[in-house]
Amino acid sequence: MTTPMVKFDNVTKRYGSLTVLDSLNLEIAPNEKVAIIGPSGSGKTTVLRMLMTLERINEGVIYVDGEPMTHMQKNGKLVPADERYLRRVRGNVGMVFQHFNLFPHMSALKNCMEAPLHVLGLSRKAAAERATELLDMVGLGDKRDQYPSQLSGGQQQRVAIARALAMRPKVMLFDEVTSALDPELVGEVLNVIRKLGTEHSLTMLMVTHQMGFAREFADRVCFFYGGRIAESGKPDEIFNDPKEERTRQFLSAVLEAS
Amino acid sequence: MQLRQLAVCAIVFFTAGLAVSSFAGFREFIPGLLQGAWVTIQITVGGSLLAVVMALIGAMAKMYGLGPIRWLAVAYIEIFRGTSALVQLFWLFFVLPHFGVVLDPMTVAIAALGLNVGAYGAEVVRGAVNSVPRGQWEASVALNMPRALALRRIILPQAFVAMIPPWGNLFIELLKATALVSLITISDLTFKAQQMNQITFRTVEIFTIVLVMYLAISIVITVGTRTLETIAARGIARGR
Amino acid sequence: MFWDWSYVWEIMPALLRASLVTIQATVLGFILAAVLGLVLAIMRMSKTNWISIPTAGFVEFIRSTPVLIQIFFIYFVFPEFGVVLPAMVAGVIALGLHYGSYCSEVYRAGLENIPSGQWEASIALNLSPYITFRDIIIPQAIPPVVPALGNYLVALFKETPLLSAIAVLELMQTAKILGSESFRYVEPITIVGAFFLVMSLVAAALIRRVEAYLNRTLRNPGGAR
Repeated sequence: MTTPMVKFDNVTKRYGSLTVLDSLNLEIAPNEKVAIIGPSGSGKTTVLRMLMTLERINEGVIYVDGEPMTHMQKNGKLVPADERYLRRVRGNVGMVFQHFNLFPHMSALKNCMEAPLHVLGLSRKAAAERATELLDMVGLGDKRDQYPSQLSGGQQQRVAIARALAMRPKVMLFDEVTSALDPELVGEVLNVIRKLGTEHSLTMLMVTHQMGFAREFADRVCFFYGGRIAESGKPDEIFNDPKEERTRQFLSAVLEAS
Repeated sequence: MQLRQLAVCAIVFFTAGLAVSSFAGFREFIPGLLQGAWVTIQITVGGSLLAVVMALIGAMAKMYGLGPIRWLAVAYIEIFRGTSALVQLFWLFFVLPHFGVVLDPMTVAIAALGLNVGAYGAEVVRGAVNSVPRGQWEASVALNMPRALALRRIILPQAFVAMIPPWGNLFIELLKATALVSLITISDLTFKAQQMNQITFRTVEIFTIVLVMYLAISIVITVGTRTLETIAARGIARGR
Repeated sequence: MFWDWSYVWEIMPALLRASLVTIQATVLGFILAAVLGLVLAIMRMSKTNWISIPTAGFVEFIRSTPVLIQIFFIYFVFPEFGVVLPAMVAGVIALGLHYGSYCSEVYRAGLENIPSGQWEASIALNLSPYITFRDIIIPQAIPPVVPALGNYLVALFKETPLLSAIAVLELMQTAKILGSESFRYVEPITIVGAFFLVMSLVAAALIRRVEAYLNRTLRNPGGAR
């Protein structure tokens, strides 16, 4: 049994009196592609945000590549991680956001160069090469000197993917990355994600409403409900023969709407 | 801006009318007023530079400083916003010598006004930094940037554009506040106005023209600010 | 000696008397500013251009020039036309005019925030402009702008030391006189500074209270659940 790339160990997250995630246990194998689906408020996005250290967890531990991420070892005990430790381990994870969050005052190329240059310490030449390579890979090599405001939503999101990849993370998180796009632009982003999955060895975790894509691309689908994983399994199982009533209800509502 | 231009035109015509009606007399006091205007401009520029520096230091200290530094910044901002510029000016002018610190009036003027407007400026900087969308911070965290780097490269450049209009207003406030330095014997435009008035007694003309001169300088500041806004916005090319 | 407490005790009565003058100037100036501001705002929103445009020009002009010059203008220029004003009156008028133009912008924002439907309903009910303003518009426009007006009240209060330039015996002038008599400026000016600081902090807290109260009642007029 290989070490899971990502492991949620009894993770609980509360906002005041509201429990958003309730003793979550989830293991993701290296190179596994997992799709997370479910109604809003079910805690799906929180899972990603906690993994990216954008939120602190209340109980439990998250491990990435065998090492604890939310906690650190101190005198043989696990204590909540401080910023210095987080900066060490955070580099394993990258994230693409629903609203892109590109830096508006930088060109596409500069957006992708910024972190490798200043965080990884690459030389300007090496950072530019890496950025150009990635922008070519997402099909935007010719747009590298354009600013975000000059790009379409789909193009901006592809730049955001290249930017996250530039840090060479082991785990890539996709938070509803097509939800803010016009329908005709969704395809180009999904194509890039598909290409990533087949050409690179990456563990991918995506929250999505694109059921068709999840079905065809994911190795495993998790249906979240009320802060817990209500059902989980291969895409065929979940989509064709859901065992839980709630999964059935959700899927029929989603498929009806599309 | 349109109304401002109309106001300026009206005043200019009014003044021109006065000039025509008493041309010879103008030469009596205009040179004196222009000298004063030059001093006013110097203090405005010097005070503005100090204000920007103090505002940046104050805002960063208040938002990200550790305990005592943050406390100092809060105290600075509250004290200089809570008392008027004149009180601060007089305090620095009359009280500092008692502590053995003797500064020439110009330095006192620039220091007092710079510190005063800097305190208001710190809140402007703070507001602008807070107005940068949260997603920019989150993207920085996702790329594992330390906070100082994110501030320097991502947040502050974007906050800069948001800051320009309020700073324009603050610079105009500083300009108006320079009139106070006439009360600590500096020969600025206001001082010269009173002086010329004592000499020539052309009260109406002098004070009207002085008001127009201040208005003219404030329009220059406004135009400069609008230009800066356009340039900065272009550089940032704001988008989603 | 840095600080002489016995001297402080000596000058306190004079300073307290002067603070009354300061408060008087503040209150009178603000009343003038509040009323004048409303008048200017209404004039500015007039449909007739030859009222609205000069008013706008006038307001802009006053806002863009130093209040000290305006104080001098009123104090020195009026006598040229035969009207001799005592310093306090001239000062109050100047402050009221200056802050009246600031207040007019505040009122204008408040008035413009009233949905046009309110005006239309008033016309449909055949209400006169005066009644419309008095009973419909102003009661809705004023509460949201009270905090902003409060801020200008504090600002006006902090500017009263400018009246020392025309020898009004308010706090700053008194402090300067005391200082020049005894050659000790530290105590008078520091006390004056502290007084203004305390008053403006108190005022700021009060304004926040008023704002919170208004936010609560505005969300719930009549106290409905």
